[in-house]
Amino acid sequence: MTPELGQLALVLAFLLAIAQGVLPLLGAWRGNRALMAVARPAAAGQAVFVAMAFGILAWAFLHFDFSVQYVADNSNLALPWYYRIAAVWGAHEGSLLLWILILNLWTVALAALSHRLPEAFAARVIGVMGLIAIGFLAFILFTSDPFGRLLPMPADGADLNPVLQDPGMTFHPPVLYMGYVGFSVAFAFSIAALLGGEVEQAWVRWARPWTNAAWGFLTLGIVAGSWWAYAELGWGGWWFWDPVENASFMPWLVGAALIHAQAITEKRGGLRAWTLLLSIFAFSLSLLGTFLVRSGVLTSVHAFASDPRRGIFILIFLTIVVGGSLLLYALRAPKVAGGKPFNVVSRETALLIGNLLLATASAMVLLGTLFPLIGDALHLGRISVGPPYFGLLFPLLMAPVVALLPFGPFLHWGKADGGVLKQVMLRAGIAAVACAIVAAFFVQGQLKAIVGVASAVWIAVGVLLYALKRWREMPRGRRYPAEMAGMLLAHLGVGVFVVGVLLSESLSVTHDVRLTPGQSESVAGYDFRFDGVHRTVGPNWHADQGVVTVLRDGATVATMHPQKRTYSHEQVQTESAVDAGVFRDLYVALGEPMDANDIEGAWALRLYYKPFVRWIWGGGLLMMLGGFVCAGDRRFRIKRIAAEAALPVAAASPQESPA
Amino acid sequence: MPMNPTRKRRLTIVIVVAVAAALAISLVVYALQQNMNYLFTPSQVQSGQATQYKTFRLGGMVKAGSIQRSKDSLQVTFTVVDAGGAMPVEYTGILPDLFRDNQSVIATGHMDGARFVATEVLAKHDETYMPKELKDAMAKAHADAQVKEAAAQDKSP
Repeated sequence: MTPELGQLALVLAFLLAIAQGVLPLLGAWRGNRALMAVARPAAAGQAVFVAMAFGILAWAFLHFDFSVQYVADNSNLALPWYYRIAAVWGAHEGSLLLWILILNLWTVALAALSHRLPEAFAARVIGVMGLIAIGFLAFILFTSDPFGRLLPMPADGADLNPVLQDPGMTFHPPVLYMGYVGFSVAFAFSIAALLGGEVEQAWVRWARPWTNAAWGFLTLGIVAGSWWAYAELGWGGWWFWDPVENASFMPWLVGAALIHAQAITEKRGGLRAWTLLLSIFAFSLSLLGTFLVRSGVLTSVHAFASDPRRGIFILIFLTIVVGGSLLLYALRAPKVAGGKPFNVVSRETALLIGNLLLATASAMVLLGTLFPLIGDALHLGRISVGPPYFGLLFPLLMAPVVALLPFGPFLHWGKADGGVLKQVMLRAGIAAVACAIVAAFFVQGQLKAIVGVASAVWIAVGVLLYALKRWREMPRGRRYPAEMAGMLLAHLGVGVFVVGVLLSESLSVTHDVRLTPGQSESVAGYDFRFDGVHRTVGPNWHADQGVVTVLRDGATVATMHPQKRTYSHEQVQTESAVDAGVFRDLYVALGEPMDANDIEGAWALRLYYKPFVRWIWGGGLLMMLGGFVCAGDRRFRIKRIAAEAALPVAAASPQESPA
Repeated sequence: MPMNPTRKRRLTIVIVVAVAAALAISLVVYALQQNMNYLFTPSQVQSGQATQYKTFRLGGMVKAGSIQRSKDSLQVTFTVVDAGGAMPVEYTGILPDLFRDNQSVIATGHMDGARFVATEVLAKHDETYMPKELKDAMAKAHADAQVKEAAAQDKSP
């Protein structure tokens, strides 16, 4: 009976979404306050019913209700409770339910924090969120019912995809979705501004903290996904340019551009049309990401759903969202354009160049990701685009961004003085070259590693010089407002990320070896001694577990236990062992026994020495932190809006306004 | 016609953007050309469709009983088959978790004589599931073979 209640809750949520999506927009158009007032209660009610549906599905998982098809397909009696919770979003239907739940969380937060916004604007923003909810709830109800029954009820269920049975997987999708869906807020603000023909750019300031927070979540989600791929897939890689990774990376790139474009628009009024366009693209790419991952159009480990009906639905939905918002943009954007002029040497120019490069990078990733589909449609044959395509173009596009990054904060809005730039260039340049020369001795002249050190130092010194300048020039308490601190953290994160990537890529050592018990292999000064394999069992798997003792100069550094697990239905999953460190990871993955009937004999093993690999995620986490800290700036908290809305936004002085 | 400063600046911007765009497009086309990998099945390779590509992907099923491991290294040889052809494959390294007899696999690599030398081997996670592109490619190869057979039969009498 309960699963039907879940379905009923979804139907009610759908009806409330229609109310939330239609009435407030009508009210804002007609100036009808009663209709506008529907927005908040409808959003709250929808959230309650969606949360109820989600809770009911989770309850069905916890209580092994295999009469529900989705539960029977994705869990069994042996699956531990925490993976049964994670199984709620482990496949198509449930992950859409998670998507809509998170959309509701954002909407409720928006409804709660938007009381000081002009009434009509708030009604429009919440209304647009309602329209998005209509689309997704219709998708769930008409194509992807998570509460469908399976009769007769089986005694036991199948299993959650073993790839997903990992602590990282319980955490990765919700956070990633927080980011994806979070861009719907920036999108809703832009559409509301276009609908209302907002001439003032005040709305951009209201949108900024939401964009920063969404981007922070997306960053964390991508970092978690990358770390999970590294720890779980057994290949020691942290990024594969897999379609699904690209799906999350495209909105991230556009989101990074959007954050900076919003800063220009808010502070100077310029580039409004571009900011609007970027927020439309950021959300469209988030939707496309959902489409790519969930429709199974691209072959990938993540594409567990392949039902063409769903693909067509998302395609239509995507067309309406993208086409509709671009049409609105074309009609209304000329009306809202404006802003102060700026000189060639100015912060605007630097940000604009960065923006164009990030947008181009995103387009490049999009082309590479969709090319197999294009090739298929044009009958060019079965094509896949190899990672070297991305590996060649992405660094080329990002190199100027890295080169420009230290200058951005030093440049004034409008027109900047070239003198200070020369000083920064000289200091950061000397530091970078000096460190590169020192590093050259440690990395055996590996060019990639040297470039990595030089760019990281270049960025870090730029960030530090600016922090120092603020320290000297500003009075206490006004040196590092949250927005500024967030920017410095995120930029430092870029440096940490770059050095992590280039050092680990160039200095990693991989050995694929066959070892008999007792035999050792030396990797980068570490002796990996293989101590054999034995059988072990877990809650819902049995495994061949290897013991590898790592020694350095005769002293034991680590004892590692890589596994090769077999889950129910004979699904095999490698569980690699990682000995983590700040400066290096040691990594062991079991390959296969040389003789399948003698697991105690020789095995193929994959041994890695990965220096600085943690810095990649460390840099990502710093960027995430930067996004969150920025979002928390007190300047963004809406106060006295009623009074302020009538005034033009005060032009902030250059010292006060980091980008 | 003399140009005023605004026009001159605009022209400069347009030229810079055009040059940057041209550069970007040619780079992208170059990178795509270098890194496009086509998928072929053994029978398509044997009928010469893959000759113009240095690196390509070979897709098919692992022939039962064809997996041969070297005694002292990680070298493995196996045969990939489709409806109308078979291709010996050589690979040195660790095979994916689900690599086994009758498993559908995709190997990336190049031809060395009559043998395909793989640098990467992928197997799908679910044994009942065959990658759509592989299924299509095999169906196409099968259809081609039938057409040829039919043509051959037409000629024979």
